Amino acid sequence: MKIKLWGVRGSIPTTGPDTECYGGNTSCVTVSHNDYVLVLDGGTGIRQLTGNYYPENKRVDILLTHLHLDHIQGLGFFSPLFDESKEIHIWGPASSSQSLFSRLSRYLSPPLFPVLLRDLPCKLQLHEIGNSDFETGPFRIQSNYIIHPGPTVGYRVTGKQAVFTFIPDHEPSLGNKGMIKEKKWVSGFDLAREADLLLHDAQFTQQEYQLRKGWGHSSIDDACLFASLAEVKKILLSHHDPSHTDAFLDDMFASFKKNAGSMPPAILAKEGLEIDMS
Amino acid sequence: MAAYEIEIILNRQLADCLSIPVFITDTLGNLIFYNEPAEKVLGKRFEETGEMPVEEWSTIFNPLDEDGKPLSPGELPLVKTLRDEFPYHKSFKIESLKGEWQNISVTSYPIISREGKFLGAVAIFWKIKQHEN
Repeated sequence: MKIKLWGVRGSIPTTGPDTECYGGNTSCVTVSHNDYVLVLDGGTGIRQLTGNYYPENKRVDILLTHLHLDHIQGLGFFSPLFDESKEIHIWGPASSSQSLFSRLSRYLSPPLFPVLLRDLPCKLQLHEIGNSDFETGPFRIQSNYIIHPGPTVGYRVTGKQAVFTFIPDHEPSLGNKGMIKEKKWVSGFDLAREADLLLHDAQFTQQEYQLRKGWGHSSIDDACLFASLAEVKKILLSHHDPSHTDAFLDDMFASFKKNAGSMPPAILAKEGLEIDMS
Repeated sequence: MAAYEIEIILNRQLADCLSIPVFITDTLGNLIFYNEPAEKVLGKRFEETGEMPVEEWSTIFNPLDEDGKPLSPGELPLVKTLRDEFPYHKSFKIESLKGEWQNISVTSYPIISREGKFLGAVAIFWKIKQHEN
């Protein structure tokens, strides 16, 4: 089981010399086992995957956490969608009022995009999920709604050798007193419990978070507290704020580590990073 | 035990920000959270009691209707919400921990998830001011 990060930036693509190290593409990660590849989120990072996707794979599964633009913006530039020989399965959170097709079509339609979702040449199948369990290829997937504005899920991907949890946008500390430190009262806990690797939202410093409560994101402190409560083995801190340069991220992480207590090993998510979980 | 659904967690987080008593139950009526103002009504602190089975917490009140007749549990808004999964509202009297009778209004509503699943119920207690009687 291999994890590759294609986009780890939050909110908006942020390319330039100041973000060269950690990357400027928005959310996209692949989980692969042999030649089977699962795509998590369709942010701008997915465009880089286009040329790297296994051309012989007829079926492609794309699991969307939610439909904010930074998680779907790259979909229209993912070449298998324009290949009539491909069977594309897009999994995304159900809403109580509109279908996944209708919500995705808001972006994949004029004037925002020239091609209509319904006109894509591939064989497209949409799957609405919520608190769900399903299997695709060699992976068992659990999805649960989590705290973030609008219908949003996180994913727990169980492979043959390891468990990877993907929660790129999440605010488990939303509330008067922050995160409730009882496991059954923590949003996303079941997804992350004892995972081998957790990719989690860590967009803000603790000071920034105080001014952005309710925006749906976490501070680096809360991300690590969440990882600690869930007893994950390692955490990737992701969804970097667009205003955070490489130098800022390094300083922010160093400063956090200096004051942090006991917590699971943590690293800053970096575009292009590959992790072999075999 | 699995974690609660986010609709329950968010209701607790909201209740924790309010100055009015709020009680949250699961689908069976077990009290899974009450906020600080509700602690004054119950006379117990949540940190001390934790979750309470319905049999334990429902006996604390002695509800009477406006004519002073005892109210059966089936007439209480929260019990009706748990039974029908609809919101209810009712004014009645309860005996405070000091033995004084208080006029209160209770509003209860079901927590129905995004997936349409009934997850529990919330009861909000409103103390009726004297001039409203």
